[in-house]
Amino acid sequence: MTSQTPEAQAPEPGVDALRAEHIGKRFGAVTALSDINLRLGRGEALGLLGDNGAGKSTLLKILCGFQQQSTGRILVNGEEMLLKSVDHARSLGIECVFQDLALINQLSVYHNMFLKKERVWGPLLNNRSMRETARKQLDAMGISIPSVDVPVASLSGGQRQAIAIARAVYTDAKILLLDEPFAAMGAKEVAIILDVIRDLKSKGDVSIIIIAHNYGQALEICDRINLLQQGEITLDKASKDTSVGELNDIVIAEYRRAVEARQRSA
Amino acid sequence: MTDQSGMLTGLPDKSPRGGGTTAALLRGLGAAGRQRETTIAVVTVALLLYFGLTNPTTFVSSSNAVNLFSETAAPIAIIAVGEVFLLICGEIDLSVGFIFTFAPFIMFFAHAYWGMPVLVAFITALVFGLICGLINGFLTVTLGLPSFITTLGTGFILAGMALYFSHAEPKIMPLDMRGTGNWIGASPWSQFIWAVALVAIFHVVLTRTRWGLHTISTGGNQLGAREAGINVARIKYGNFMITGVLGALVGVQTAFYLTSIDPLAGGYQPMFYSVTAAVIGGTAMLGGSGTILGAFLGAIALSTLIDGFNIVGINANTVQIVFGGAILISMIANVQIARLRERGSA
Repeated sequence: MTSQTPEAQAPEPGVDALRAEHIGKRFGAVTALSDINLRLGRGEALGLLGDNGAGKSTLLKILCGFQQQSTGRILVNGEEMLLKSVDHARSLGIECVFQDLALINQLSVYHNMFLKKERVWGPLLNNRSMRETARKQLDAMGISIPSVDVPVASLSGGQRQAIAIARAVYTDAKILLLDEPFAAMGAKEVAIILDVIRDLKSKGDVSIIIIAHNYGQALEICDRINLLQQGEITLDKASKDTSVGELNDIVIAEYRRAVEARQRSA
Repeated sequence: MTDQSGMLTGLPDKSPRGGGTTAALLRGLGAAGRQRETTIAVVTVALLLYFGLTNPTTFVSSSNAVNLFSETAAPIAIIAVGEVFLLICGEIDLSVGFIFTFAPFIMFFAHAYWGMPVLVAFITALVFGLICGLINGFLTVTLGLPSFITTLGTGFILAGMALYFSHAEPKIMPLDMRGTGNWIGASPWSQFIWAVALVAIFHVVLTRTRWGLHTISTGGNQLGAREAGINVARIKYGNFMITGVLGALVGVQTAFYLTSIDPLAGGYQPMFYSVTAAVIGGTAMLGGSGTILGAFLGAIALSTLIDGFNIVGINANTVQIVFGGAILISMIANVQIARLRERGSA
């Protein structure tokens, strides 16, 4: 476990799209993240794995400006940035798909897709333009929904997920943070999202962090894997140098150690 | 039932690109035909027809029209505009009726004691309403009190201040103020014209602007709205301030209309009437959806009941019982018609 620290990775040329150094986050007495060091290369897809409660979502919320870290610093394109808000992070090209999707049930698909990025015509919303673009974007991504005018409340879990991802992808985001993009999705929808991510990667200028529970999916789509355990990154390997078996072994070994420690102290 | 949002979010639009307020209004009216306002519109027309047919001479007269639409319905509708925005974003203002009470005194003091011109005094009263809304916003959003408690407290304070500073005595509107008052509220139809204009403007704000979209988002999914980057605090502050200004406006209008300023005017009654109008018009008490047109129709329905019972001459002691029952019956009708329509379209 100590043999694979982030420092062990080979230095790569060029400036990282995103870098987190010694990030810590406390909520009162609870330490969610203790000392996170993470780097995301330009055009890279990084898989962030780890058990429930390991701190993956907290880390992503810090990286997209929704929450602020207690300690440590974040570098965007090599420049230190205090991400003050989601809007601020967005202005730097960072876009996040939250686990709860941040969709407004009462609003139509196209209003959700343009939420906080609305197209306006003077003081009025340019609904026509938003509707047409949403339609085109979803069609281009192969996402089938009956109409962009229906409220998102009427859609399935997978369709909602697809819309949340389409919303993040549509903007000219350079850094994309996806919190469990494959949750609640059918096989066809997983394939659609995998295609979208592959497509983005092939363009080469979008860097992506993906939180996933399914190790197989993560290894398939990501260039590199980081394993997060109890607020620290304990493994950092290229996807081709690791396997589902190895990742499983590490996570299960940690679980065994925790059980033994509990038994000893009892 | 929950799906009245199509109206809010804009329906498929086949009309040629027109843009502008007129087109938005026309689309709004078109949408109303397919949406929940239809039911409250039916209820309103039915009530008007009932009282009109049973009391053709007294109910159908120009003086009663002024009484019903301008004196009774307009204040309810104007305050309801603010309450709809607050209810949609998940808040309520119980103090607005006391802003109504105190604002005309501010205008009176500003003119008679501090020597301000009438128009400046009028604007001062509106700014007072804005500040009341700001304080309600601060207590609710920044200090985290439930708005029900916040505005209960500020309402009592405003009621007490109105009594204290007026020595619990009404003030007669000075003669030199009355000319300006004509367009503010003294002329028979001015309050109704204000109500129609404000309803039209805020209907567009709710359905066609970012402010409206973000208000719906804040009430529909507050966490999601924040995650999308919406400043929900700003939305709530703003809607408290809109409501405060509208409360002050109605208070000043009523003072001009009655040519006196009464420390016991306003209070809870106009606020409760407005919330009732909003809810029977189709605004959800729990946030996330609502309609300004519906609240306007709700205000007219409510005023028809008030005015109609007055004309029919129901005993003053029993009128409250009948009124409460009538509100429930119109609400039940509203809900049932919507349910039937939904079943029909499904």
